[in-house]
Amino acid sequence: MIGALAAITGRTALLSLRGSGGAFVGVVFFLAVVVVVPFGIGPDLNLLARIGPAILWIGALFATLLGLDRLFQDDRDDGSLDLFFLSGLPLELVVLAKAVGHWLATGLPLVIAAPVLGLLLGIAPLPLGAVTLTLLAGTPALTLIGAIGASLTVAFNRGGLLVAVLVLPFTIPVLVFGVSAASATIVGPVPFLPPFLILLALTLVSAVVAPIAGAAALRSSME
Amino acid sequence: MTAAAALQLPKTGRLTKSNAMAFVDLANPTRYLSLSGRFLPFLWAAALVGLAIGLYLAFFVAPADYQQGETVRIMYIHVPSAWLSMFGYSLMAIASLGTLVWRHPLADVAAKSIAPVGAAFTFLALLTGSLWGKPMWGTYWVWDARLTSVLILFLMYLGLIALWRAVDDPGRAARAAAILTLVGAVNLPIIKFSVDWWNTLHQPASVFRLGGPTIDPSMLWPLLVMALAMTLLFLALSVMAMRNEILRRRIRTLQRMAAGLAG
Repeated sequence: MIGALAAITGRTALLSLRGSGGAFVGVVFFLAVVVVVPFGIGPDLNLLARIGPAILWIGALFATLLGLDRLFQDDRDDGSLDLFFLSGLPLELVVLAKAVGHWLATGLPLVIAAPVLGLLLGIAPLPLGAVTLTLLAGTPALTLIGAIGASLTVAFNRGGLLVAVLVLPFTIPVLVFGVSAASATIVGPVPFLPPFLILLALTLVSAVVAPIAGAAALRSSME
Repeated sequence: MTAAAALQLPKTGRLTKSNAMAFVDLANPTRYLSLSGRFLPFLWAAALVGLAIGLYLAFFVAPADYQQGETVRIMYIHVPSAWLSMFGYSLMAIASLGTLVWRHPLADVAAKSIAPVGAAFTFLALLTGSLWGKPMWGTYWVWDARLTSVLILFLMYLGLIALWRAVDDPGRAARAAAILTLVGAVNLPIIKFSVDWWNTLHQPASVFRLGGPTIDPSMLWPLLVMALAMTLLFLALSVMAMRNEILRRRIRTLQRMAAGLAG
């Protein structure tokens, strides 16, 4: 069973890396968001350095949500979803494996790109490390929460915007604790560790809730 | 033909006459329609009488606040609306359990019909809150913990309504919306907690707290009357919306049947 799940993870990762631009487009979008912000608020490096972690987090959030709507739709279109049902694997674990594969192909590149983009915003080395660490801990939660939205909209071909609208309210806690942990190293009276631990807890809770809800949604879409 | 099957649409194909009769004979929702039809006038009467008494108490009997002056009267609309925004979501969550666990057709209808009513009351809470905030805090909006949580709740209501409208098949939409509602119910405390993390201007809870309410009885009574009246109003609107939804689905079924018989 582990082998089959690992195969699903690898297949999802490879498909989203190679198909339709994949990870590359996500990272470019992330870069574009970060580049657009100084045009909106002005090139003041002090200000940008202070709100830099928040910009990186919001950029990563959008980049994660944008790639999500095809997560299960491609599998439904080419029949893989039916095979998952017939394989006898627990559907919850299939959803988890798919989310992990998707994160490896789309979330991890964002985390790797974050330090480079942080330099553009003039973030100091210590906060830059903190942002990268929080993104590493928090983006899996974003992908998992997004997987719920993707599985809910699998039955009808109107993913895109609807997934983002459904999922955004649920990502607010992740954003709050991710940004407050990262900003704590710049300004905050709040220390780094408590929000960071809560962020880890959110990721773990999403790893439990998202597979259950996602599998329920997929089952109801197959009826 | 079970009620559950009858409420859903015939999938494909032509319908025979006997089949058609079974579709018209919607056992469970029919009982609901006749029962709620008898019950609804009384519910409306109670809600309107309650609102009349409550508004009279709120505007003419209750004293003005020694600090806030007359603007405190907004509270009698604002606080019940805020309660009902949570109450509506709880009702939807219970109905969603009914959809997923028991496949009860009325639960689908209830969850769908309550969403816009709950969203309207949440909007009312936000609107009255911001009108109250202008004279008190000097601004229509503050990014304070409680306001922000209610705004996120409003977003979740709107997302649910969007999901309902995106799917054509009511049965499928019902299960998707039910899953999302329950995920939301699990997440609401987490969202509330995360939003409280940046703890700001809004005064702490003053009615439901240990050691009894801090609000004066002369203001508490009108508030409780208004809360009861607005709850009745909420229920009356929801029951009416449910009746409309049942009738709307029947019309859809009849139209499909007519199309099937004609073709």
